[in-house]
Amino acid sequence: MPRISLTVNGKPVAHEVEARTLLVQYLRETLRLTGTHVGCDTSQCGACVVHVDGVAVKSCAMFAMQADGAYVTTIEGLAPAGKLHPMQRAFHENHGLQCGFCTPGMVMASVALVKGNPDPTDAEVRHGLEGNLCRCTGYQNIVKAVLAGAKAMRA
Amino acid sequence: MHDFSYLRPKTLAEAVAAFKKSDDGRYLAGGQTVIPVMKQRLASPSHVIDLAAMPELKGIAVMDGMVMIGAMTRHAEVAASKDVRGAIPALARLAGGIGDPQVRNRGTIGGSIANNDPAADYPAAVVGLNATIHTDRRQIAAEDFFTGLFDTALQEGELITKVAFPKPAAAAYEKFEHPASRFALVGVFVARTKSAVRVAVTGAGSCVFRVPEMEAALTKSFKPESVKGIAVAADGLNSDIHGSAEYRAHLVGVLAARAVARMADKAT
Repeated sequence: MPRISLTVNGKPVAHEVEARTLLVQYLRETLRLTGTHVGCDTSQCGACVVHVDGVAVKSCAMFAMQADGAYVTTIEGLAPAGKLHPMQRAFHENHGLQCGFCTPGMVMASVALVKGNPDPTDAEVRHGLEGNLCRCTGYQNIVKAVLAGAKAMRA
Repeated sequence: MHDFSYLRPKTLAEAVAAFKKSDDGRYLAGGQTVIPVMKQRLASPSHVIDLAAMPELKGIAVMDGMVMIGAMTRHAEVAASKDVRGAIPALARLAGGIGDPQVRNRGTIGGSIANNDPAADYPAAVVGLNATIHTDRRQIAAEDFFTGLFDTALQEGELITKVAFPKPAAAAYEKFEHPASRFALVGVFVARTKSAVRVAVTGAGSCVFRVPEMEAALTKSFKPESVKGIAVAADGLNSDIHGSAEYRAHLVGVLAARAVARMADKAT
């Protein structure tokens, strides 16, 4: 089996994987980082969003082999243990979730969005989250949370 | 998904040779179509040849009034490129409206046009701007490239290296997008050069097509009203739960007029 080595949440890892292993499977099943979710498995819903070399991607639409040598950040790596990232805190404080299933993907997509656009408008947040589906909230509080999170990240 | 052998060649020659040697090889560009297709077992290649490590396929350059975009350039890169925004803003805007941010971070121009999805955005720009597709063995004019539903002039194992877009005097792309998938229910690309106007339509038919009657009318008088009353025949257009052929035919006229209006706004 082919072997990959990459850095996940700051830690170097290396494993033999089947070529067909999706990045999300590798993260969840091999590394046991189950914060990254599989929602639709058809690259629509965005529950599986992680950062690969600083860029937000859907980890269900990428092979683990394609991340060989890359730096991957998952929701577990967003903030040091015991602390929340400002975007995570903003989702908590603004009730930006109900069931929470989409939240890891929402937060990862939002952090990438704000890195590229530190002071987004309401419309830019909605456009930026087009790849993430939430079936509970109706998005109002998610947008509120991202705007608050962006403000906190600027501070 | 069935397992396969994964290859990551570093040069064009290696990639083409790897394809030739494989029983049932498949090139992997951004993977935003081919990976979902493999998951559904609609494709089960023996070898997946990842094009991501080939510097020959990357990058954007502007020279002699042409914008050259490497086949492995991601949609997000085209959307953000100062060169593209400066030379052909409509192309950057089109790239920034494909799919969603995560898809744009992976999907590539070469992959999109090689796949030739009937609702993809890029084919409208390639035909509208009269671009040339460069491959490992030849150059193909936009007109000859898109041959039908998910079908192109590419031969077995032929690999797109870059797409060369001539800089127009002005251009605009308007799409009526499906609200969930962001694919074009209909998309119309209008480009104006010194001598002519081109109107290319995606999403409406089995493959991108031009509307000569609109082109003639707009060449004579470039204003939104010029396309009014020019009916596009619904015969043979796509019809599904999202829109009938008649509705799509109607949208072609609406979106062409909007594109022309957008260009007129820019000029004033």
